[in-house]
Amino acid sequence: MSQFAVGHLSLILLIPLVGAVVLLLIPRQQRQVLLTVSLLFSLAAFVWSMRLFQAFDAGNGDMQFVERVTWMPAFGIAYIVGIDGISLFLVLLTTFLMPLAILASWPVREKIKEYLFFMLVLETGMLGAFVALDLFLFYIFWEVMLVPMYFLIGIWGGARRIYAALKFVVYTMAGSLLMLVAIIYLATRYAHVHQVLTFDLLQLYNLHLPVNEQTWLFLAFALSFAIKVPLFPFHTWLPDAHVEAPTAGSVILAGILLKMGTYGFLRFAIPLFPNAALAMAPVIIALAVIGILYGAAVAMMQADFKKLVAYSSVSHLGFVMLGLFALNIQGIQGGIYQMISHGLSTGALFFLVGMIYDRRHTRMIDDFGGLWQQMPVFSVFLLIVTFASIGLPGLNGFIGEFLILLGAFSVTPGWTAAAACGIILGAIYMLWMLRRLIFGPLTHPENQKLVDLSHRELLILAPIVALILIMGVYPQPFLSRMQPSVDLTLKRIVTSQAAPVATNHGTSGEMKTDGR
Amino acid sequence: MVASTSTVATLELLRWIPLIPLCACAINIFFGRALGHRTAGVLASAAVGVSLALALYVFWLLPATGIFHDLLYTWIESGSFRVNLSFQVDALTAIMLLVVTGIGFLIHIYSLGYMAHDDGKVRFFIYLNLFIFFMLLLVMGDNLLLLFVGWEGVGLCSYLLVGFWYHDAKNTIAGNKAFIVNRIGDLGFILGIFLLVTELGRQGIWTLDFAELPKHVSLLTPATITLITLLLFVGAVGKSAQIPLFVWLPDAMAGPTPVSALIHAATMVTAGVYMTARLHFLFAPAPYTLSIIAIIGAATAFFAATVAIAQNDIKKVLAYSTVSQLGYMFLAVGIGAFSAAIFHLFTHAFFKACLFLGSGSVIHALDGEQDMRKMGGLRSYLPKTYWTYVIATLAIAGVPLTAGFFSKDLILWQAFSHGSYALWLVGVVTAGLTAFYMFRQLFMVFHGSSRVEDHVKPHIHESPAVMTVPLIVLAIGSIFTGWLGAPEYLWGSLWDRWVQPVFGGAHGAEHGPVTTEILVTLVTVAIVAIGIYLAYARYARTGTRVVPAEAAAGLYRVLLNSYWIDEFYDRIAVRPFTRVSQWLAQIFDPLVIDGLVNGVAKVARGFSLIWREAQTGNVQHYLIGFLAATLALLIYYLRQL
Repeated sequence: MSQFAVGHLSLILLIPLVGAVVLLLIPRQQRQVLLTVSLLFSLAAFVWSMRLFQAFDAGNGDMQFVERVTWMPAFGIAYIVGIDGISLFLVLLTTFLMPLAILASWPVREKIKEYLFFMLVLETGMLGAFVALDLFLFYIFWEVMLVPMYFLIGIWGGARRIYAALKFVVYTMAGSLLMLVAIIYLATRYAHVHQVLTFDLLQLYNLHLPVNEQTWLFLAFALSFAIKVPLFPFHTWLPDAHVEAPTAGSVILAGILLKMGTYGFLRFAIPLFPNAALAMAPVIIALAVIGILYGAAVAMMQADFKKLVAYSSVSHLGFVMLGLFALNIQGIQGGIYQMISHGLSTGALFFLVGMIYDRRHTRMIDDFGGLWQQMPVFSVFLLIVTFASIGLPGLNGFIGEFLILLGAFSVTPGWTAAAACGIILGAIYMLWMLRRLIFGPLTHPENQKLVDLSHRELLILAPIVALILIMGVYPQPFLSRMQPSVDLTLKRIVTSQAAPVATNHGTSGEMKTDGR
Repeated sequence: MVASTSTVATLELLRWIPLIPLCACAINIFFGRALGHRTAGVLASAAVGVSLALALYVFWLLPATGIFHDLLYTWIESGSFRVNLSFQVDALTAIMLLVVTGIGFLIHIYSLGYMAHDDGKVRFFIYLNLFIFFMLLLVMGDNLLLLFVGWEGVGLCSYLLVGFWYHDAKNTIAGNKAFIVNRIGDLGFILGIFLLVTELGRQGIWTLDFAELPKHVSLLTPATITLITLLLFVGAVGKSAQIPLFVWLPDAMAGPTPVSALIHAATMVTAGVYMTARLHFLFAPAPYTLSIIAIIGAATAFFAATVAIAQNDIKKVLAYSTVSQLGYMFLAVGIGAFSAAIFHLFTHAFFKACLFLGSGSVIHALDGEQDMRKMGGLRSYLPKTYWTYVIATLAIAGVPLTAGFFSKDLILWQAFSHGSYALWLVGVVTAGLTAFYMFRQLFMVFHGSSRVEDHVKPHIHESPAVMTVPLIVLAIGSIFTGWLGAPEYLWGSLWDRWVQPVFGGAHGAEHGPVTTEILVTLVTVAIVAIGIYLAYARYARTGTRVVPAEAAAGLYRVLLNSYWIDEFYDRIAVRPFTRVSQWLAQIFDPLVIDGLVNGVAKVARGFSLIWREAQTGNVQHYLIGFLAATLALLIYYLRQL
């Protein structure tokens, strides 16, 4: 299965963690050393993950680089990791954004050592959640991520950081508790049928439960994921968390953590409970479309640049959900593509917000205007990223949006037409934001002394914009690697329709492949 | 080299036509400042010049019914859906290529002079080259999605160039309006694409290629075709500024004048016409859509002409006139005369670019003045500008033997012989209005006594050769391009022989009796003559009465404010939407949704207070609870068995 030496994925997981431990050994006065070391470790993780990309077998939809280590055999819990065409890009997105986020942390003054420590731990947590193939392991990573994020917002955040951090953690935990119950129920249910207690996801895929049972389990998973996405109306933690989080925190939150929710749907909720997913799809599609329009409308009225971007995420993630629950190849592939695109363009937007915040210590859009005059390079980057976010063809955002809407259109033309109105609204609020920020006369005297981007800041933005262009012009290297895995996921849904439903007395629930 | 019998041949040269301007654009982005303003401009112009040379070469190679094709790579593939990045050139595209690169080249040259003193010159040429790239993508793409990419890309450039002078918020607002109104149209366009893809996909055909689609149109039901074409046409209405989405174009005049000439007259705004012609095989079998297109085209032509009569801004007159002329093109499309529509597109590109650049020359000479009430008598100061302007005005008015005469007459004759007398009548009346408002402009600007403000007067100067030479070339085109499509009773149409094969049997030129054809033409000519005379009588003499805006009354005020359509949209769409958003953002989201979340948290805390009561510390209470729970579980599992 894996052409690589055993432990490749584990190594990627370990690198940031080792980095975090190394940081502990460095005296806290050595600011520059601390920063450089964490940057190097995150870069090392990125380099290693690029080798994954190279060695990845694009024709294979199954899990690759799989590692299995027994952990708590008594409970059927094991350390199982692996990636397929779905998680590959989320891993890459994570390892790609983390060095940039650390590079953006140079201006952080307080407690830099702890800050970087949490950043690296967070990286391991997120990567773990994307590669875990054991439900229990996944749950552990899922919860572990909360801790560093809680501190990042709570310590290095803005004025209302405690409220925001608490809201973020409590809201997420509330959702995930139900998921834990569902996970345990699922494993015991599987044990009932197959006489083996296991949390191995690939095994659990083969369990076919009656629809009403599926529905309850699906809802338990879905609630936890929907909060993370966030799906309307579970989104209100997001603007608070974003506004209060430090720049790197916002980037990670929007760029990676939100994808945890959509990834969760695609990896767990949908293939584990396909019938329920099919049954619930209309509801979720409706919520997704409402979120698209609602997020856009609310974003338009924000006076705070960061809040505007936060609400735009609600809108964009609505597109992802719409695509996933179209439950066809274009929709899901578009959804995954949009996850990556959104990670890049919204990540870049948060970086850009941070850059002007570092200069002016305000995020209010009205405090700016005419920035092009003083900061042309900044303005050009903002322009490009904005249009990527609007979904201009030729940039990354278009590919995802187009495939999502195409996939959704064949399932539900009406809702898709409504969702497509979101592309108009997107243009309205983003262009209005541009006008107020970078165009017009330079009215505020404080802005007349602003300096344009530094080399460090260029180094953050240039790779993102390069990827934005590449993904827009030449998406095939990405799409072709996703396709087999998405096909497989879809096949699971189709076969589950035909598969016999598990009863209490151990009838074989083995997957029937003669369905279609 | 290329066998004339073969229909499709590969020609790798094609990719360089759009890529060269893109390369120049990239070079200027990275090194433009280092190269300096002059070099950057020359590089940009030269790149378009090379594209023009290549386009001419391809045009020369292209056999009568052939298609050149150039595949780069697979752009998007998802499941069975697959779209290539590849280019094609057939007769229709070849014409568009010549328009885009030819007029584009002239306007680049002109801009070297026009923008010479502007600080943002490098940026200007970057945008301009980018525009040429996207426009070429639009006309050369071999599938509908690539056309859409170009379509959106030119929209981006239009946005950037309209708001080019970003220091003035007004310009950026105009740019935003252009982009957003276009996006409304694009919504229709993209839904049309989705409907087309999914309806064919349902039957196992996954393609958007122009070469493939015609073979499968028969799989679609008439109702589906009607819906698809209507949706696509919504896109054309936005891009080509037709009723009801024309409102962005007059405002787009905020951009530098060469931009107005290139994007908002000669090329981008005609993309809607090109799209319908490119998809003629879809539109032709949709009679219901066609009649809607014809009605919207005729209505727009007439409506915009009436507004143009009352405008005092030299560029606003031309803007409404563009809307009106685009209306003629859609009128032609609506009666199935695709060839005539493209012919008018072709001639219009020349005379309208000439007019816009001429107006630019005037504005340049007057230090930025655009109000025609502050002009007059410029004829002697700007002789070259004047004469080219006269020629272009004659052409747009449809004076015999000019380009506009042939192309407009062809449309009107097709309408007449098609039996659409009402459309024909609207077209003829609009021709009269066109002659009136264009000559009104000519007289107000160049004739009569000078009303130029005193501080400007000493500086009035004819533009340099770099600006007047393009004017002269375009003026020549404003006459002779029309001669390609002469009616059969003169020397016959080379145009039809060239273009008609593209549209196959979609709609051949109809040949009625020659005497009728000549009579119909004479009616138009007479109406045009009346229009010119009225303009002459009112505006040509010295001491013309030029009505100031404040004193305007009645119908004139309605026209001056273009029927208050902008205000109307503001009332029914913009403000309600803003109010709803405001309510959502300020009331609903923080108080209702977040209120619920925090409410749940409060309730949970309330419960935990009650729950705390359960922790009594009394062992018996715990035991009872424990027993009850065990019993419940036991019952549950027993029932499972």
